[in-house]
Amino acid sequence: MRFMFIVKSVHSGPPTPELMEAMHKLADREIKAGRMLDNGGLMPLATGAQVQVADGKLSVIDGPFVEAKEVVGGYAIFELPGKEEALASAKEFMQLHKDLMPGWEGICELRAFATKMS
Amino acid sequence: MTAADTHRAILAVWRIEQPRLITSLARMLRDVPLAEDLTQEALMAALEHWPATGVPEKPGAWLMASAKNRAVDHLRRGRMLARKHDVIAADLEEEQQAVPDFDSALDDDIGDEMLRLIFTACHPLLSREARAALALRMVCGLTTEEIARAFLQPAATIAQRIVRAKRTLSESGLGYETPCGDELSARLSSVLEVVYLIFNEGYTAALGEDWLSPQLCNEALRLGRVLTAIAPHEPEAFGLLALMELNASRTAARTDAQGEPILLLEQNRGLWDQLQIQRGMLALGRARELGGAGGAYALQAAIIACHARAGTADATDWPRIAALYADLAAIAPSPIVELNRAVAVGMAEGPEAALAIVDRLVREPVLKTYHLLPTVRGDLLHKLGRHEEARAAFEAAAALTGNKREHDLLKRRAAEAASAARSS
Repeated sequence: MRFMFIVKSVHSGPPTPELMEAMHKLADREIKAGRMLDNGGLMPLATGAQVQVADGKLSVIDGPFVEAKEVVGGYAIFELPGKEEALASAKEFMQLHKDLMPGWEGICELRAFATKMS
Repeated sequence: MTAADTHRAILAVWRIEQPRLITSLARMLRDVPLAEDLTQEALMAALEHWPATGVPEKPGAWLMASAKNRAVDHLRRGRMLARKHDVIAADLEEEQQAVPDFDSALDDDIGDEMLRLIFTACHPLLSREARAALALRMVCGLTTEEIARAFLQPAATIAQRIVRAKRTLSESGLGYETPCGDELSARLSSVLEVVYLIFNEGYTAALGEDWLSPQLCNEALRLGRVLTAIAPHEPEAFGLLALMELNASRTAARTDAQGEPILLLEQNRGLWDQLQIQRGMLALGRARELGGAGGAYALQAAIIACHARAGTADATDWPRIAALYADLAAIAPSPIVELNRAVAVGMAEGPEAALAIVDRLVREPVLKTYHLLPTVRGDLLHKLGRHEEARAAFEAAAALTGNKREHDLLKRRAAEAASAARSS
């Protein structure tokens, strides 16, 4: 099963060097283990934009943004046998945050890809 | 959480940690079968304790400590047997002082150990089936029950196969080392063969009703990715990975809603997995950069890549496919490859050139009962307007196939050819 992990946090600053290094190592291990297919960190929302549909109108919001409660900071795509493996993997990833970036709070959301059907 | 949920959660952690456990123990003990026994004991201990205590915060460290303790105990018990073990045990105790924690666990580069483990599990001394079972168990961390379900075999059969294979390895007195030079490529092909066997087992079974079979494809893909990560200079490892990624990219398009197979040229290409195609193309590119464009796996991957690149069936580069089949036939001559080449030549140059190849294959003993030979022949004859001969070929093909759906289709084609023969 293919999963996307989406990391959301109220913290907009960069991770500590220790966390960064540990995440790199974990990603490297997961790639070498053939489980991680892709991953990436995202630049802050201020450098992006939003295209919105509301009240039947389409509008572009190009900042400044009202700081959202939680901003997506990065993602990873995994190929795993099932949800249990995804959970174990996400817990390991979040444990790194807990240990190496005291005070950090956030969520790693794991979502299975919908199966394509012919 | 129910007991079954906890059990599954533990196995999930296990699959992540198992390669590092078994490679660490194998390095200490210089004995893969023994290392496997002791890591299994650590799993049993986790299955016994964690339902009561909960899964620890750092399950990997827990399992590693548990497994290492067992290894130390084992070596202590054998202390009197050999002085060498004494020395190892002393080293181990030193190592034990520094309790492995999670961060150092990430520092361990297990690449070389992993390669050694895979080479041991896939040793040519073992049958292909035994190699497949051992690889799934020791490298992928599947349980005996999971392997049994995936291969549609009784668990007892697989358990026995694993026990025997491990005994063979133990008794053979094999060194725990990485082969090098000429031996490396011979041993590597024994590994690749097993990975491809596991993939095909899953890929073929995926057309049946077994929902577990995708797991075999995925494990084979994972093994392929592991191999290319730890043996980054081996072109055939990349060739095989490319072949598997590209074939697996069509999984969603291969069957209709009723589970009936859909032929490649009739598949909805929108359902092909582009991420996987991209990964396959990258792997194929790497195989070529390493000078392996002419390898058997790379050539097969290149053929599939022609299909993957074509936006529609009509846009397929048939001349290139025909040329690739010719290259493949040159290094691995086989009547089946030749028949495939005939189909590609038929698409590239027309039915006459293809029929010349097919007619040369009619006397091949291995194709005597192969229904695709008269099927292809019938199709070419039909295109050439030789309807009566086409009818006979389709009838012959229908008599040979064991698949009802195919039988009906061939009967219909025979009837069409017969009616074309009457009106011409």
